[in-house]
Amino acid sequence: MSDAAITHGDNPTGFAHQFEELDQQHDAGRLGMWLFLATEILFFGGLFTGYTVYRSLHPQAFLLGSHILEVKYGAINTAVLICSSFTMAMAIRSAQTGKRKGAIIGWLIPTMLLGATFLFLKFRFEWYHDYLEHTMPGFGFYYRPEWGAHAPQVQMFMCFYFFMTGLHALHMIVGIGILLVLTWMTSRGRFTSQYFAPLEISGLYWHFVDIIWIFLFPLLYLIRF
Amino acid sequence: MSTTATVENLPNASAEPQVNYLNARYGVKSWLLTVDHKRIGLLYLCTITVMFVVGGIAATMMRINLLEPQGALVEPETYNKLFSTHGLVMVFFFLVPSIPVTLGNFLIPMMIGARDVAFPRLNLLSWYIFATGCLIMLYVVCTGGVDTGWTFYTPFSTTYSTTDVVLAALSIFVAGFSSILTGVNFIVTIHKMRAPGMTWFRLPLFIWSMYASAIIFVLGTPVIAITLLLLGVERLLHVGIFDPALGGDPLLFQHLFWFYSHPAVYIMILPSMGVISELIAAFSRKRIFGYSFVAFSSLAIAIISFLVWGHHMFVSGESIYAGLVFSVLSFLVAIPSAVKVFNWTATLYKGSISYEAPMLYALGFLGLFTIGGLTGLYLASLSTDVHLSGTYFVVAHFHYIMVGAAVMAFMGGIHFWWPKITGHLYPDLWARIAAAIIFIGFNLTFFPQFVLGYLGMPRRYAMYPAEFQALNVLSTAGASVLAVGYIIPFIYLIWSLKYGPVAGPNPFGAKGLEWTTQSPPPTENYLKIPIVTEEAYNYETAPEPEVVRV
Amino acid sequence: MMGLTQFALNSIAALWLQFPVQPPAASSIAESVDHVYYFLTGVTVFFTVLIFSIIFYFAIKYRRRPGKPYQPETHTSLFLELSWTIIPSLICVVIFVWSSSLFVRNNRPPANSREIFVIGKQWMWHIQHPEGPREIDALHVPVGENIKLTMTSQDVIHGFYIPAFRVKKDVLPGRYTSVWFKANRTGVYHLFCSQYCGTNHSEMIGWVYVMNPTDFAAWLAQGEQSESLAQQGARLFTQLGCDSCHNAAASSTGPSLAGIYSKPEKLADGTTRVVDDSFLRQAILTPSTIHVAGYPQIMPTFSGQVDEEQILQLIAYVKSLGAQERTNGQ
Repeated sequence: MSDAAITHGDNPTGFAHQFEELDQQHDAGRLGMWLFLATEILFFGGLFTGYTVYRSLHPQAFLLGSHILEVKYGAINTAVLICSSFTMAMAIRSAQTGKRKGAIIGWLIPTMLLGATFLFLKFRFEWYHDYLEHTMPGFGFYYRPEWGAHAPQVQMFMCFYFFMTGLHALHMIVGIGILLVLTWMTSRGRFTSQYFAPLEISGLYWHFVDIIWIFLFPLLYLIRF
Repeated sequence: MSTTATVENLPNASAEPQVNYLNARYGVKSWLLTVDHKRIGLLYLCTITVMFVVGGIAATMMRINLLEPQGALVEPETYNKLFSTHGLVMVFFFLVPSIPVTLGNFLIPMMIGARDVAFPRLNLLSWYIFATGCLIMLYVVCTGGVDTGWTFYTPFSTTYSTTDVVLAALSIFVAGFSSILTGVNFIVTIHKMRAPGMTWFRLPLFIWSMYASAIIFVLGTPVIAITLLLLGVERLLHVGIFDPALGGDPLLFQHLFWFYSHPAVYIMILPSMGVISELIAAFSRKRIFGYSFVAFSSLAIAIISFLVWGHHMFVSGESIYAGLVFSVLSFLVAIPSAVKVFNWTATLYKGSISYEAPMLYALGFLGLFTIGGLTGLYLASLSTDVHLSGTYFVVAHFHYIMVGAAVMAFMGGIHFWWPKITGHLYPDLWARIAAAIIFIGFNLTFFPQFVLGYLGMPRRYAMYPAEFQALNVLSTAGASVLAVGYIIPFIYLIWSLKYGPVAGPNPFGAKGLEWTTQSPPPTENYLKIPIVTEEAYNYETAPEPEVVRV
Repeated sequence: MMGLTQFALNSIAALWLQFPVQPPAASSIAESVDHVYYFLTGVTVFFTVLIFSIIFYFAIKYRRRPGKPYQPETHTSLFLELSWTIIPSLICVVIFVWSSSLFVRNNRPPANSREIFVIGKQWMWHIQHPEGPREIDALHVPVGENIKLTMTSQDVIHGFYIPAFRVKKDVLPGRYTSVWFKANRTGVYHLFCSQYCGTNHSEMIGWVYVMNPTDFAAWLAQGEQSESLAQQGARLFTQLGCDSCHNAAASSTGPSLAGIYSKPEKLADGTTRVVDDSFLRQAILTPSTIHVAGYPQIMPTFSGQVDEEQILQLIAYVKSLGAQERTNGQ
């Protein structure tokens, strides 16, 4: 136990009983989140495998399917998410450098707003549109004549599209929930330049969700180019 | 674990009745809201015991049905639900969690000298998630069951089965998250919570094996989760993900399923290998022969286990070349297992061996695991697998591993650490009788199934040609012996809770940090965090055994 | 007294017969597979006995005895570790090479095989001989002839398994799998479904009748009163209107099918594929995925209009076209 280490004697906020030192608790949290992200990669990995197999089996149908999607919204959403990653990173940076809690919240709120913007665009202009256009599997999916015999596989593409983006959106919603809690914690003055681990590991999660989108965007929207 | 640490962590004899994790707080709420890894371990123990009974009842009814070629008890439809229930419950709700969530939860922090796991609340959450999964599964069982087998093969499960496949898949999906979170928790705990001086190569081998199985939890479970989600979507919406009529591939399901489910076999066996290492060291009072080889073989098994899934599909129509690659890798995964068996056997050399019940279970494990492992070679070998896959030979093989080995180790582990967990001794004579009955009953039940399989009897048959009857009757007779063997410990272990003599801190004179604190341990395990100064299993400094024969 | 001994011996023999240990071996590969099996059993018995004996020996020799002084020693031996890593590895290599080469050989049907079609459906085996006879849950084959089964399923995954021949292969919907064997002993053998397929899975069983060639010819002739598979296919070919495009006329919008079977076909994307059962099946059900070079891609799908049996009939017809052309050419 080094002299600099914070032990239970100092009793700072957020220090759990099972740890000997605060650093140990930080490390544990960070490692835990990395491991969790590893499971997430495999979780999405199953979908990417399915996508790869079926795209190689039905390349034409997947091309036809990607024409249903609007690149415009995909591109805007990509930009929105990259911005949100930036604001998230700035929030952590503010905590690390010991800025006032107002500064941290000042970065957290735009992060949430950007996340919400992403979801709004996704739901309102893409999914809802798909629902109206009968391109949502399970909700009156309509085989367009121009797809010809490829129609069932176009449906499969759309199924993968909804599955992947839906799972991603679910992660975004969870992420915004986490950010809400963090904002509340910040407003209660729970974070200091020494203790900001929850911010940091939530940031890891947020960046991970963004990265998933960075993979989804080309695989779903851009294959037709 | 110097002697000073021992003294510091034991209250002196004149002290008031010990405060421990069991009597520190009382009431249902104190259990349901506990974040103590030891109490959570016990919550899991109760849960999986219930599930074991459910799966066991299904197995009993199956064995009774197979007494007669035309089925002695139930219609084929019911039989199919019985073996599906048996498989699903036993695999996902008993065997996969068994040792990790009970003994693992209880022992990992104690063995590495920590107060708790890294994320105690997450640990409790994992139990709630697991219990939810159990309840969904029990609901499915009570409302008509599911008839897909535990493998959910498509397109039968997605299109043709009329039972509640979606809910059954959901229960496993939910329980899977419990596995993932437990795995994360264990890995972080082992990395970050070790006591001062507890280096990686001073860790008990149980910890190494738990670490290896936690890796599989973390990397394998998400894949089965997503696979079952795809299965559910396909069943509900029927978009053709696994339906060849719509361009899907039913074999993709098998690939994804076995990518998890073969490593899952190693989730079942790796922890038991860890338990066996502890038992053999303790009862021959020696350091395990080739400690580092045993440790690294656990990791080797964990890694290679992800590369062998295709050996479940040699006759499924996968390409010959895929078959060759998966065959080689399957042989490869046998080697570290063989290394372990030889090392355990060599550990006995020049030991001081005693035969309390846990040791009998350990020796039983060695024998059954050897047979189970070697018969795996028949199935890794391509030309014999063509004949044997899908027959009772496979059933016998994996029961030797999962029941013969894994459940023997689970029982051995429960008996070994029972005094530590409950503070009471059980009657050792009864325990030894039960161990012998289980060993004999097990072999009677499953050895005939090797022969049945070679003769060609397919598995999952509610009815069978009359020439297979004699062997089936033999197997059922063995199963009834086995059932007696499982019921006896249930009785005396519960008896011991109230009437068993009080156990000292270290009744078996074993090494390991968990034996340096009182039995049962205090809430935070150690009054003072121990400082480790020696290798694991250093029996030169071990106290004498103090077992009271009951 | 003699009678009693005799009785006892007879009883033991009778009891022993209740416990068979060896399935009948009635195909050309059965014995070679059994040899691997025996070798594996030898390895298993050897190592099991070895481990058990060592454990028993140590368990007795080093048992704890009160009063006997004991000093724990730590043993390690790199030599032992290496030997029990390398020796099992070598044994595994032997088994792998032996067993795999057998497997590869057993997987390649010889060119001169008699072809029989199998359709699995819940819960019966439907067998179709090219000469016309159909069977349910029974398969008649001549002894000493190479038989290739081309199999598909109409619903779920089944498993075609004849223990006496040591052959097994899953039968999948939407594609063809095949097994081949050469029965070398006349008799009646079990046919099982080895892949769980639903409620009556255990009743999806039947018998394989291995007959003398003459008996088989007689059996076949008896059933040949019906049309052959190719003839049925020809009728279907006209009924479905396939011949309006696929004909020999130079102006036809589809490629002529005469003589294409088992020949390479050039596709529009520049690749070539050999026309086999799977190719034809795909062309009938998902024509959009096969674009033959030089022809417009206008063929409609026949998915849903023809069942598995009819597809087999069409394939048999296309195949017979090939044979006709070759005989014409000679």
